[in-house]
Amino acid sequence: MTITVRFNIQRGEFALNIDTVIPENGVTAIFGPSGSGKTTLLRAIAGLEHADNGYLKVGDALWQGNGIFLPTHQRKIGYVFQEPSLFSHLTVQSNINYGLERAKDGSSAAVLQQAIDLLGIEHLLQRMPWQLSGGEQQRVAIARALAANPSMLLLDEPLAALGDDQKADILPYLESVYQQLDIPVLYVSHSRNEVARLADHMLLLDNGGIKAAGKMSEIFTAMDLPMAHQSRAESIIEASVSHYDEEFGLASLTFLGGQFSVAAEPLVVGSEVRLQVLARDVSITLEQQKNTSILNIIPVTIDQIVRESKSQMTVRLIADETALLSRITCKSAYNLNLKEGDKVYAQVKTAALLT
Amino acid sequence: MILSEQDLTALFVTLKLASVSTLVLLVIGTPLAWWLSRSQWRFKYIIEAIIALPLILPPTVLGFYLLISLGPNGPIGGLVDMLGGAPLAFTFTGLVIGSVFYSMPFVVQPLQNAFTAVGQRPLEVAATLRASPLDRFFTIAVPMAKPGFITASVLGFAHTLGEFGVVLMIGGNIPGSTQVASIAIYDHVEALEYGQAHWLAGSLLLFSFLLLIVVYGTNRRYTVAQP
Repeated sequence: MTITVRFNIQRGEFALNIDTVIPENGVTAIFGPSGSGKTTLLRAIAGLEHADNGYLKVGDALWQGNGIFLPTHQRKIGYVFQEPSLFSHLTVQSNINYGLERAKDGSSAAVLQQAIDLLGIEHLLQRMPWQLSGGEQQRVAIARALAANPSMLLLDEPLAALGDDQKADILPYLESVYQQLDIPVLYVSHSRNEVARLADHMLLLDNGGIKAAGKMSEIFTAMDLPMAHQSRAESIIEASVSHYDEEFGLASLTFLGGQFSVAAEPLVVGSEVRLQVLARDVSITLEQQKNTSILNIIPVTIDQIVRESKSQMTVRLIADETALLSRITCKSAYNLNLKEGDKVYAQVKTAALLT
Repeated sequence: MILSEQDLTALFVTLKLASVSTLVLLVIGTPLAWWLSRSQWRFKYIIEAIIALPLILPPTVLGFYLLISLGPNGPIGGLVDMLGGAPLAFTFTGLVIGSVFYSMPFVVQPLQNAFTAVGQRPLEVAATLRASPLDRFFTIAVPMAKPGFITASVLGFAHTLGEFGVVLMIGGNIPGSTQVASIAIYDHVEALEYGQAHWLAGSLLLFSFLLLIVVYGTNRRYTVAQP
């Protein structure tokens, strides 16, 4: 089952042209600069924006197309807006009950309790919205969307209106929501960090069109897309914990292509983690270095080399099935005589755990 | 008894007229205000101007046209006559019709402002939570516009209380059926019965003041409660 989306929306100067298929499992980030049409796309999927001649099929259900336009209140969605938008005349409890009472199928006290627990808002239920902080309000808004037992969750930059502290506060809740619920999540964002941390798939939007669609980690490292060439280029690697060394506080993480040792708080063996490796933290050697302080040395093949400026180049490395970006000086590449197809070693100075 | 029986009846007719008119105005004004707050129609301002007319029009002008149209040869009167109804001029029903036109802006404008202040977002949120358009209107728009409803009701009521010109033109000042307090006061003054005029005027003054105290007190409570 997948979500088929075809929209052509003209709003003055701006045109949105989307034709894509969104996977029905996991988190799909809709990513792009301001004004690229992210919110318009999400609103069109929710039925809040009326796209003429649009087509939208969710699994087997046709929501729009062939003369059909299912109004928003008949679509089984959960929608979280940029601002919390709680109903100011209702208590937190009544806000959450609003969708629950109207969802005819499948929503129950159990769904409600799960939403309350996932977002940690039990202690806020009797309060009025204006007595809550921005972060708390947004947690309530997410719980309210979940309580209606949606079959798809749409989030429009739910963290954008919050301060950095509140963002950090709410991210773990979002992560647990995504892990616990087996529904597709569309997450609009213009923050690389949030996407790296939360998304499985990505729709890269630019100027109203889709620039790329696919696995998040692949889009981050694709040399024909802009992200690999930005100054903060990075690789995101899925790994599982194979060992934890109590003495040195080091976790051994196995990924498709090798192993990483990363300093971390104790981790459960077998758990899945996500690693972030900045391109500028990856250097290249022709032979495997010995007697070095660097722990992570991975044998790789050079896939592609692109010169970014007079002095800098980006090298895309492949370790088995995993891509790794490296940002080095042109001088070094010249000295080492690096060519595409060469077998070399990647030295990773630091790798950060994202989850 | 300080107020004569006729004065008491006039007060009673006044209160009845204000209550019935306010009720009718809320029923007509709510959908109208809702439409005005949502509509993108480019000639909407013409409707807004028509509703605001009684604010600047001399009540006698409004009363004059109403008298003409309510009379047996007027459009409204003719229609009623054709349907077999009694003539409306010089009746209580005629007064209600007149008051509804006269007090319309005092009900529609606060409601329109309140609905506009609710904004589109809460209604969109409700739609994503499975609420149908009618459901959204009654569970979100109306409760959130509550201060506007209170202001509209009290202003509509209070403004009808003070009605004089329109009533004089279409009511005919018939004691017991269309004589309202404001005209009774005028009659007392005409007859140099200053004592009775004082009591009636004082009653209206006190009542209107209390009414406005309630409006401002209630609206203050809303603003204090939602910083």
